[in-house]
Amino acid sequence: MNSVSFYSATPLWEDLIPGGHHFSARIRRGTVLKLTALAPVANAAFYCVNSEEKLERFNMPDSLKAQHTAFLSTGHVLYSDMGRVMVSIVADDHGWNDVFCAPSTAEQVMAQYGAKTFQTARNAMYRSGRESLLIEMAKYGLAQQDLSSTVNLFSKVTPNADGQLQYLPSDCTGQAIALRFEMDCLVFLSNTPHALNPSTDYQAADLQLQLFPALALAEHDICRDACPQNQRGFANNARYYGVYSDVAVEMGADA
Amino acid sequence: MKPTDYSSSHHQALFNSVILNEVCPAGEAWMAEVKQGQYFRIVDLEGNQAVDTLFIAAQDANERYSATDTLAQNRQVYLQTGSVLYSNLARPMARISADNCGRHDTLGGACSCESNTVRYAHSKYPMHSCRNNFMTALTQHPIALKHGLNVRHIAPNINFFMNVPVTSAGHLKFDDGISAPGKFVEIQAEMDLIVLISNCPQLNNPCNAYNPTAIQLLIHTGQEG
Repeated sequence: MNSVSFYSATPLWEDLIPGGHHFSARIRRGTVLKLTALAPVANAAFYCVNSEEKLERFNMPDSLKAQHTAFLSTGHVLYSDMGRVMVSIVADDHGWNDVFCAPSTAEQVMAQYGAKTFQTARNAMYRSGRESLLIEMAKYGLAQQDLSSTVNLFSKVTPNADGQLQYLPSDCTGQAIALRFEMDCLVFLSNTPHALNPSTDYQAADLQLQLFPALALAEHDICRDACPQNQRGFANNARYYGVYSDVAVEMGADA
Repeated sequence: MKPTDYSSSHHQALFNSVILNEVCPAGEAWMAEVKQGQYFRIVDLEGNQAVDTLFIAAQDANERYSATDTLAQNRQVYLQTGSVLYSNLARPMARISADNCGRHDTLGGACSCESNTVRYAHSKYPMHSCRNNFMTALTQHPIALKHGLNVRHIAPNINFFMNVPVTSAGHLKFDDGISAPGKFVEIQAEMDLIVLISNCPQLNNPCNAYNPTAIQLLIHTGQEG
């Protein structure tokens, strides 16, 4: 991937989320989280909130309509419900990250894959997307009412002309997605099969996580300058953090 | 802006079992409770009005309409007759029992002064918005106060009568409405519901044909009188 210009070469840390497991962390503004799939069938349900105003959270509709897109990939950003940019997708080998579908539920996992409990399988037990995210969120005092929609990294789901949704599998081995954080966030990840994955074989690729220091944005940034909307979103961030905006925002002018 | 006359024609049966019949003016918030089994109808009185709608479970406000559970469970990006509206627990909350509009959106969410600064210009911040309507209702409406609703209960909503085509290539656009004066959509509640509506005041895009108008809200039992 050609993302070398977005972050320093040496990671601050590395980690591995085994398939079926979950993860949370505070990720600072000015760092890049790179996720790499280590097997063919990958899906990471990603959710984030502002770590200092935890009720400010990822807003799927605002992200889609600002950028006139029905999926998220390279050059797109994730907006919060306060008109600010949480994350920039600076690189994405998969090319499409689904935002249509909720994470899998415990009932669905049981029905589709059967029961695999801690008593029978120890840490290879089956987890669902929803319960994994809630476990991680609970650690920060967040609950069911705080979980909005997710970005399902490494998953492609497309509608046909009538709007019917179809899950489109492909080999994710070695694919990476780089997320540059524009806001201090609490990040929640569930490495569990996508809700529309029709397989009855519980497959979830191990994911490598690496965090890098972000480099300063280029004069023309792939995300900030992708559209005037994103420039205004970045200007909102500058306002929020009390710093000079590197984007000129006209006040009192009509769009 | 006169409400549909429900004393005539095919609305006769409905008229006989009406529990609530109100008009929500353009750009206002509106709330009600709908009991399990009851029907809730929204009439687009003048056409092309976006009706931003949230359903919350009356038994436990932490259970609410979930756009992404609804899309995943129905495997369908549009809402139409027969669509089941699922909660964030993936449980059926309601079913679209009747609709003569054809298609409704649940990807576009609600407009807000914050997202208006992104989508249009920073100067649009003072304009009235759906999110401000939701906040008005949360802080003042007796139903919201009774159930202890707050911003945590707000999630991506349904936009009844709004036309947001999505292509297989992933392009999304806000199109002119396919609704018209007198078109309606009706849901049947599968659990006791709180309804929270913002009758969208957006003036910056074609979702309301640049002219927000009144809607009519009816709750009925479906029983012929």
